[in-house]
Amino acid sequence: MSGLDGLYQQVILDHAKARHGDGPLPDADAEHFEKNPTCGDEITVRLAMGEDGRIRDLRWQGDGCSISMGSASVLQQLAVGRTLPELHELVDAFRAMLRTRGGDVEPDEDLLGDAVAFQGVAKFVMRVKCGMLAWVAAEACARELAAA
Amino acid sequence: MTSTTDATGASGTATPPTGAADAAAGVAPLTEADVARLRADFPALDQEVSGQPLAYLDSGATAQRPRSVLDAERAFLETTNSAVHRGAHALAALATEAYEEAREEVAAFVGGSADEIVWTANATDALNLVAHGFLAATLGRGGDAAAPFRLREGDEIVVTEAEHHADLVPWQELAATTGAVLRWVPVDDDGLWTAEDAAAVIGARTRVVAFAHVSNVTGMVAPVEEVVALAHAVGAVVVLDACQSAPHRPLDLPALGVDLAAFSGHKMLGPTGIGVLWGRAELLRAMPPFRTGGSMISTVTMESSDYLPAPQRFEAGTQPVSQAVALAEAVRYLRAVGLDRVRDHEEALAERLVRGLAAIEGVRVVGPPAGVPRSGLASFVVDGVHAHDVGQYLDALGIAVRVGHHCAQPLHRRLGVTATTRASTYLYTTEAEVDRLLEGVAAVRPYFGVVDGGLAAGGAGAGAGGAGIVATSDVAIDGSVA
Repeated sequence: MSGLDGLYQQVILDHAKARHGDGPLPDADAEHFEKNPTCGDEITVRLAMGEDGRIRDLRWQGDGCSISMGSASVLQQLAVGRTLPELHELVDAFRAMLRTRGGDVEPDEDLLGDAVAFQGVAKFVMRVKCGMLAWVAAEACARELAAA
Repeated sequence: MTSTTDATGASGTATPPTGAADAAAGVAPLTEADVARLRADFPALDQEVSGQPLAYLDSGATAQRPRSVLDAERAFLETTNSAVHRGAHALAALATEAYEEAREEVAAFVGGSADEIVWTANATDALNLVAHGFLAATLGRGGDAAAPFRLREGDEIVVTEAEHHADLVPWQELAATTGAVLRWVPVDDDGLWTAEDAAAVIGARTRVVAFAHVSNVTGMVAPVEEVVALAHAVGAVVVLDACQSAPHRPLDLPALGVDLAAFSGHKMLGPTGIGVLWGRAELLRAMPPFRTGGSMISTVTMESSDYLPAPQRFEAGTQPVSQAVALAEAVRYLRAVGLDRVRDHEEALAERLVRGLAAIEGVRVVGPPAGVPRSGLASFVVDGVHAHDVGQYLDALGIAVRVGHHCAQPLHRRLGVTATTRASTYLYTTEAEVDRLLEGVAAVRPYFGVVDGGLAAGGAGAGAGGAGIVATSDVAIDGSVA
């Protein structure tokens, strides 16, 4: 597999097109804007909590490359239904995977699901920020909610 | 002392023959053989990236440097390196001489004299120096002489919507700190503006007009003389961002009529860490300094200080000496080739680039249409594929391009995009490299599974399995490219 195909996994491109969770969330409990100033990619992530303390919905609006948009779509699919501590655990696992550089650490497939497709991003240091964009925004939302 | 003599002369006579010397055969256009000889002078061009020969199409960001420039800097550092304009020992004298000779060389390159050349850290630094000169004058520094730089509340600073952030943000700050008003010449849907557009904005309150000679995004060449006439008719100071013109076309700043101009070393075969502010001598004499400290004073007491005349007044602190020596060598290299030939070579490449890109389905080029002269660069949008993904794909083919907003967010916002892909050429760029880019760009949409009228069902599947890139780059592009 060429390096490029390792980066652009079919799952990622599918998500970049499907853009699960793309749209407004009027009754959001938290909102966070993230921007990558070096490339201009930007995203606003919003979280709405259910009465059971779980994420009822996650929605995002943004503009960027297939890696940043695809990872936002995957995040939406994984985040809904989780508690805030579970969301942190998810984001931590994703971050750890993207920071392995060589990709020599086996990611937790049960936890990360489709997000394991982003393992190849680790080899492209310049793109790690793209992959993390929505996840960092979601993490900030969770912190904001915990502090409230 | 022979070696040190050679070192300062490294700047001239000691330089071994290069492709530049070979190619300097009158005014005939650069041939393929000329360009091949020039390329042999640039070590960085001779390498593989992603297993393919590097096609470096990012000279608009930073140009590669010929061996003679690298050698000149090294020779200076190995033999002559020492502090300039201080100290009385032999090396200090030689270094000072080399530093000031470099100033003369660069002055001649833009048609000016040595006392009109200020060394700065880069072009951004040069523009900030000017903006802060205005601020200091407005705050009362510089006495009566500084009147041309003094702003009153409601005075206007005019820029264009196409400016690089370096020629916009300093003016925003100047407006915010002085009460002046920032106005701008709007651009059209292609990112272009005309002298008529400028005439509609420049008015009785205009004190400063600042714009790029050549746009780093559209490649448009500004109507400098017309704008200068408009600005001078109302007594405004004209500041030219020459970053994308000085490296690529003949430049005679006094003849253009501008008052101040900025350009950077690393875009014109020289080192990073050095830029140039050129200014008409009487204006530089009148402008208050920005940075202050050592090297720019004549007498210092505990209460106050007297400053040296320009250009030293603007060069506080330790100077970029080896960078100046190397930049002078870069200028000699460019003059040996001939800037008119560089311009013609690049305009021909730009035409090939724009025609080829425009012929690819789903690709939109910003800036002047084919047939209208532009500098050697083209920024473009690939429908359905973000510029970063375009750049990543090309990188895997060994093709280096710039992606993003190219430090011109307002222009991109006006064009309705957050990012574009930019290919930029230089004197060493070949037609074959342009064709490789065109072939690569034609393969981008198939690779990412984008077809007209919607998204392909297969996605990147067509390119999966390693041979993907090779297979998809076989996608035929318009015959006019070949």
